Amino acid sequence: MTEPLLDVQDLQVSFATEDGLVRAVDGVSFTLERGEVVAIVGESGSGKSVTVMTLMGLTRSPNARFAGSARLRGGDLITASEQELERVRGKEIAMIFQDPISSLNPVQRIGNQIAEQILAHEKVSKAEALDRAADLMGRVGIPRAKDRLRAYPHEFSGGMRQRVMIAMALSLSPGVLIADEPTTALDVTIQAQILKEIRQLSLESDSGVIFVTHDLGVVADIADRVLVMYAGQLVEQGTLDEIFYDPQHPYTWGLMGSVTRVDRDPPKRLPAIPGQPPSLLRVPAGCHFGPRCPHAFDRCHEVPPLEPRVPGSPDHLDRCWLDLADKRTRREVGGRIGLAQGDVIK
Amino acid sequence: MARFVVRRMASAILLLFAVSIVVFGIFEVIPSYNPARAIAGRNATPTTVAEVSHKFGFDKPVYVQYGKTMELIFTGQVIDYNDNLNVDAQFAQRFPVTLSLVVPAALLWLVASIVLGSISALRVGGFADRGIMVAAILGVSIPVFLLAAVLLYLFAFKLPWFPNTGYVPIQDNPAQWAYHLFLPWISIAILSIGFYSRVLRSNLLDMINEDFVRTARAKGLTRRQVFRHHVLRNSLMPIVTMFGLDFAVLLGGAALVTETVFNLPGIGQYEAQAIGNLDVPPILVGAMFTAFFVVLFSALNDIVYALLDPRVRLTA
Repeated sequence: MTEPLLDVQDLQVSFATEDGLVRAVDGVSFTLERGEVVAIVGESGSGKSVTVMTLMGLTRSPNARFAGSARLRGGDLITASEQELERVRGKEIAMIFQDPISSLNPVQRIGNQIAEQILAHEKVSKAEALDRAADLMGRVGIPRAKDRLRAYPHEFSGGMRQRVMIAMALSLSPGVLIADEPTTALDVTIQAQILKEIRQLSLESDSGVIFVTHDLGVVADIADRVLVMYAGQLVEQGTLDEIFYDPQHPYTWGLMGSVTRVDRDPPKRLPAIPGQPPSLLRVPAGCHFGPRCPHAFDRCHEVPPLEPRVPGSPDHLDRCWLDLADKRTRREVGGRIGLAQGDVIK
Repeated sequence: MARFVVRRMASAILLLFAVSIVVFGIFEVIPSYNPARAIAGRNATPTTVAEVSHKFGFDKPVYVQYGKTMELIFTGQVIDYNDNLNVDAQFAQRFPVTLSLVVPAALLWLVASIVLGSISALRVGGFADRGIMVAAILGVSIPVFLLAAVLLYLFAFKLPWFPNTGYVPIQDNPAQWAYHLFLPWISIAILSIGFYSRVLRSNLLDMINEDFVRTARAKGLTRRQVFRHHVLRNSLMPIVTMFGLDFAVLLGGAALVTETVFNLPGIGQYEAQAIGNLDVPPILVGAMFTAFFVVLFSALNDIVYALLDPRVRLTA
């Protein structure tokens, strides 16, 4: 079996604070292959951003503690030195961020910002780098790219700026592209275009994409596989079909249930998952989702390991002690998948 | 652009006008102010004083005196009351000295502030950072007259490393010129380094957390590249603004304490003497001189800011 492009094993990221140790990422493992899109879904605070930023080495600070590994092309990103990371960032693994307005240097011309990345990794002339920048801008759909090289970020619209970020990230055809909620700050019509760009360009450069989002609509549109995170842990992992049509974890049911469907009447009240995510300073013993789960039972005091529990689907993993038949019954709420509100059949 | 210049010039003239009126007005309300007596001399009789008063026009209404003084200033004929010297000529003669003092000191403090502020921010919380910040607070807190006097005492008197005051023009002997000005440069620089390095450090620390700096790091740029092209570049703009105005007032003679302590015959020394003697013409000319530079550098600041920050250009 060939080695995956990116192999994350039991990644743990904690931050030492005055109030104690915040376990932002608590044992996350996954792989990424070339050409596939893996979506990481979860609420704010679930640890999804910290996970991907750690892959880029951007969470390193005096109070950060790391464990586990993230192997990319034979090297471990977690233990790599700052110099090694500088070589790898932008070239082997690249990232686009959530807010394109603040993610670009306001006093530097767009062409120079794109060229800067190329020049940092390849020995080419400035002129050639700018040529390639214009070419990249054209490929992401920016009209009259050669003229716009000398423009400043504030002269572009939000969607254009995000395209510039995408062009920059894919400029050196990295193996891994991380997109951290790239469309959250953009309006929906632009969102569709941006998703299309990302998918198309990553296919062209044969990159693997890690797409962080809280929007299930986006996941359905773009993902091949889905990772569901809650309170710093992976609670479910599987292919797009497996997650959408056969979700195994109550939290996933809650996520599915909270999406308003176009093919049905709108509900009187939007279903939400009751309660709050736990403080990462004091994570509940046992299943992290237990306190909020209407289906919790005595076994839930024991931490459920992330394991395949669906016969015939060895790559569909989840952390729920309920047996398969129970899960398939309990997740039916009001004729669709959702999380039951209040007490149910125990 | 032309409209910008014209508008600036118009406001400059108005400002100079306003400054001159305020300064002139101040002296009209000072009770002990009696220029006639000052000119006539200490032992003059009241008659002599009255004669002098009449001769100089001090018995005329205020606005007439004002008009006459302004006329004299702009025709280069105004005389100071104490030494009977042509004020405009004095300013012209003394300006190179002030320039020699202020320009190198300003360059020194600008470079030093950027270096120290950067070191501080890059090694924030560390020994270097704390050391620099403490030194900065000291620099800001120590009064210039004390600092100048202490430097003079320690390094010119106690340890005869530097000359004991005086000025040597650059055209006579460049080495001696610098040698004599070294301690004065330090005096002026220390105060400003303290202030500017703290401001820069604060800006840098804010800038390091900006999203676009994170993007720069994600591109794989080295820490040095990120610092120079993204962090520092964006943090310098407020410094530039402050520098313009500080420099302007120094050109107008704000370094008067330093000039006095080190006996440098510059504009500041002249103004200081004039203030002590309540000698109106030099003070008036000095105030307008300073105002002129402030206006000039204010306009230059706007231009430089537009050059540095493209977002500003849309309105300019």
